Amino acid sequence: MTMLKYDPEICEKCETVDCLVRCQYMQFDLTQAKEEKLKLLAGESSRVLEGCATCYACEEYCPNNNHPFYLIVDRQEELSTWPVPIPLVKQQVKMMSPKGKITPGKVNTPLINLCFFPMLTGCIRGRLFDGTSLIEGSDIFCNIMWLHFAKNSVIRERLPKIIDTIQNNYLAENGINEFVCFHDECYGAYTHLAPAFGIDVPFKTVHLFEYLTKRLTVLKKEITPIRATVAYQRPCSNRLIPETQHWVDEIFNLVGVDRVEREYDRENALCCGTVLRAMQKDDIADDLQKRNLDDMQKVGAAYCVFNCPACFFTMKDMVTERGITPILMSELCQLALGQ
Amino acid sequence: MEKIYQELKKIVGDQYVSNQPEERFFYSRDGGTTEPCFPDFIVMPGSTEEVQKIVLLANERKIPITPMGAALVLSGLSRPLRGGIVVDMKRMDRILEVNEFSRFAVVEAGTSEGKLQAYLKKHHPSLKHSVPDAPPMATIGGNILIHGSGHLSALGGFHTEMLNGLEAVLPTGEIVRIGSCSVSPYWFSRAPLPDLAGLFLGWAGTTGIATKIAIKLYPDRPLNDIDIFVMEDADSVPDVIRRLSGTAVAEDITAIMTPVPEWASGFQMINVIYGAESKREQVLKRDLLRESVKKYIKDKVGGFMPLYSDMKGRFMEAPASQLVRFADVKKGGGFEYVGAIMPIEVFPDAYRKGLEIAERNGVTYSTGARIIGLGHTMMFFYAYAFNRADPIDVKKAQKALEETNEAALTIGGIPWKAEVPAQQGIIRRMDPNTFKLMGRIRQTLDPNGIMNPGNWEVPS
Ligand SMILES: Cc1cc2nc3c(=O)[nH]c(=O)nc-3n(C[C@H](O)[C@H](O)[C@H](O)COP(=O)(O)OP(=O)(O)OC[C@H]3O[C@@H](n4cnc5c(N)ncnc54)[C@H](O)[C@@H]3O)c2cc1C
Repeated sequence: MTMLKYDPEICEKCETVDCLVRCQYMQFDLTQAKEEKLKLLAGESSRVLEGCATCYACEEYCPNNNHPFYLIVDRQEELSTWPVPIPLVKQQVKMMSPKGKITPGKVNTPLINLCFFPMLTGCIRGRLFDGTSLIEGSDIFCNIMWLHFAKNSVIRERLPKIIDTIQNNYLAENGINEFVCFHDECYGAYTHLAPAFGIDVPFKTVHLFEYLTKRLTVLKKEITPIRATVAYQRPCSNRLIPETQHWVDEIFNLVGVDRVEREYDRENALCCGTVLRAMQKDDIADDLQKRNLDDMQKVGAAYCVFNCPACFFTMKDMVTERGITPILMSELCQLALGQ
Repeated sequence: MEKIYQELKKIVGDQYVSNQPEERFFYSRDGGTTEPCFPDFIVMPGSTEEVQKIVLLANERKIPITPMGAALVLSGLSRPLRGGIVVDMKRMDRILEVNEFSRFAVVEAGTSEGKLQAYLKKHHPSLKHSVPDAPPMATIGGNILIHGSGHLSALGGFHTEMLNGLEAVLPTGEIVRIGSCSVSPYWFSRAPLPDLAGLFLGWAGTTGIATKIAIKLYPDRPLNDIDIFVMEDADSVPDVIRRLSGTAVAEDITAIMTPVPEWASGFQMINVIYGAESKREQVLKRDLLRESVKKYIKDKVGGFMPLYSDMKGRFMEAPASQLVRFADVKKGGGFEYVGAIMPIEVFPDAYRKGLEIAERNGVTYSTGARIIGLGHTMMFFYAYAFNRADPIDVKKAQKALEETNEAALTIGGIPWKAEVPAQQGIIRRMDPNTFKLMGRIRQTLDPNGIMNPGNWEVPS
């Protein structure tokens, strides 16, 4: 088993315990946070394990990059503190397993990795994705989702195989060394989680935002500014890669939308709710979805922009009911290009 | 023969009678595994009076009559076991009345489920009837008379419990009305009269031909939702069903246990469908369901699947097209299932026995149960798909079906819409006085024994 690259000493000495004190789903004062942290370090049970919403935010809050969230998930699994009922976990593990349906073939750069979202292949079209090729399917599913299920063991088992599949079936054969991650989760998996878990990644990944920004810059003359206010629904996986956030603002500038300041954006973004429903915590999911939607409505958002397909599918109907148009980031760009 | 043919033509018109080999072939079989039985004539009446004339003719000449809806029962009940006339009811498909206040519809017995569903959607969108998962051409008459069940059975029970009354042509040709319509212009109820509907329900067309049917309708709510409770301990399923159904929230509860797709194998998925007038009601109902099974959620041994709204539609579809797809999974169009009516507590035995039989016989299977009422009983089904063009496959399915019928009886259940061998199994276990009473009733109603003979009989 690959060990988590994690330094307990850093946590022991930590004065702020931001990972817990800033948590949006559990309340801790500094003293309580320190106590709970010590329990986690000692491998003991803590109310953190039961109460964690698995929103990944503490990975972003930690000033020391010491992977507090990955540690929580390791502890949940070690102590069998399952956040989600066991049959649901087992069923998901089966459902999302690699199906061995790899069809190696000719691909070229820019290569878009659509992860395991077959329903989104229609998004890869038009001038925005001119000349790209596409890979997709269970065999290249990044598997980061098991962080929500206390199943780091599944990540440790499957991620190296997925990396191998991508490298040996798509990249090496075609002399390619990089691809664009359509989903935040993939980029987070390869650039943040894999190194923290000690898993080697032989290729380079480009975030969709970077790709979109560059493409929009090339196509600048074809853009008709949308001139609307948007609310951005930042996904949990983006907490692993906050360095990509500036691209969001750049894309919004390029397509002519105004990302209105609102309470639940950026470091204060709220979870879409799906994971909390899997945890059977519908009351919490109801509450945070309501706060999030109220907030979007209050600032007069005309669009709610998603980058995560899971957030999109979870929230699109409720957003629409509030008179706000749900849209994926790539589709927002297509709109500006008149496609 | 030619004379009878000419007389039938006189009753229904040239177009609606046939003695041709093509039609005789087609009407000799259904989609299940039973052997074909050829009719001599097929006739499609257009009115109660035409049905009456056909029955009088058959009585006079002592010709067997087999009523037929869409022949989708699959257990060969509308095959003419002793030849004679198949009376195909599909032309009698008029929707005669929809009463918005007392929530019922009066239809001709050959009206298809799909037609009534579409009609209500268009003309009475606030009402719906309980749709079975059979293909939409199944008839209301055929379904009600076999004690069918469907998408409102958790709310309203068996479809026979939703029957307000009927009109039927007796085997001797008299036209009778059963229920309030025998006294009043309204087809609102079977109470408070002596309930004669039982003379026609579950008899497989051996006591007369229903020509009109009145069924209860239910509110079609603007908001509809599904929760799927997933677990992997069959022994706990009866308790979970008892709890979920006890909330009286559900319109439909079905348990699905299927080996395909692979991710579903080994789990029991209990689908609970409910409607609501408002978001508040929807959330309240959801919370009641969660509260009822909180013990299992707390122990992490069961939980509700998180579902995107786009995924929910296919689980709530009425009828469920998934089932029809499964029915043809082997291609070649062969499908039959044992539906057994059972008490909820035998679920674990029924489940294990089903798996054992399917695996032993190497058949493609899917099992499940539809809960009737507030967990009062269930229709447990063992569905077997087979390739009709492959005789070995058909034989395997036949054997599995026979073993399943026997197992259902041993467990304490009763095969539903039982094919002839399963009827024999039921009769063997039945209180002899009950069977004698059935015989006396039949003899009284049908002295010449013309109605669907071969069913509910001791083999001579
Ligand atoms: C994929 C699939 C799914 C199914 N799901 C369900 C389900 O969810 N619920 C359910 O209840 N059933 C289900 N069925 C079983 C069956 O198809 C239905 O019950 C159907 O409604 C039977 O109606 P029918 O018109 O096909 O009747 P038929 O098969 O034609 O006849 C059934 C019996 O009733 C007699 N009969 C028919 N019409 C009359 C009449 N007017 N007067 C007197 N006797 C008559 C026939 O002689 C026969 O004995 C399913 C079948 C399939 C293939």
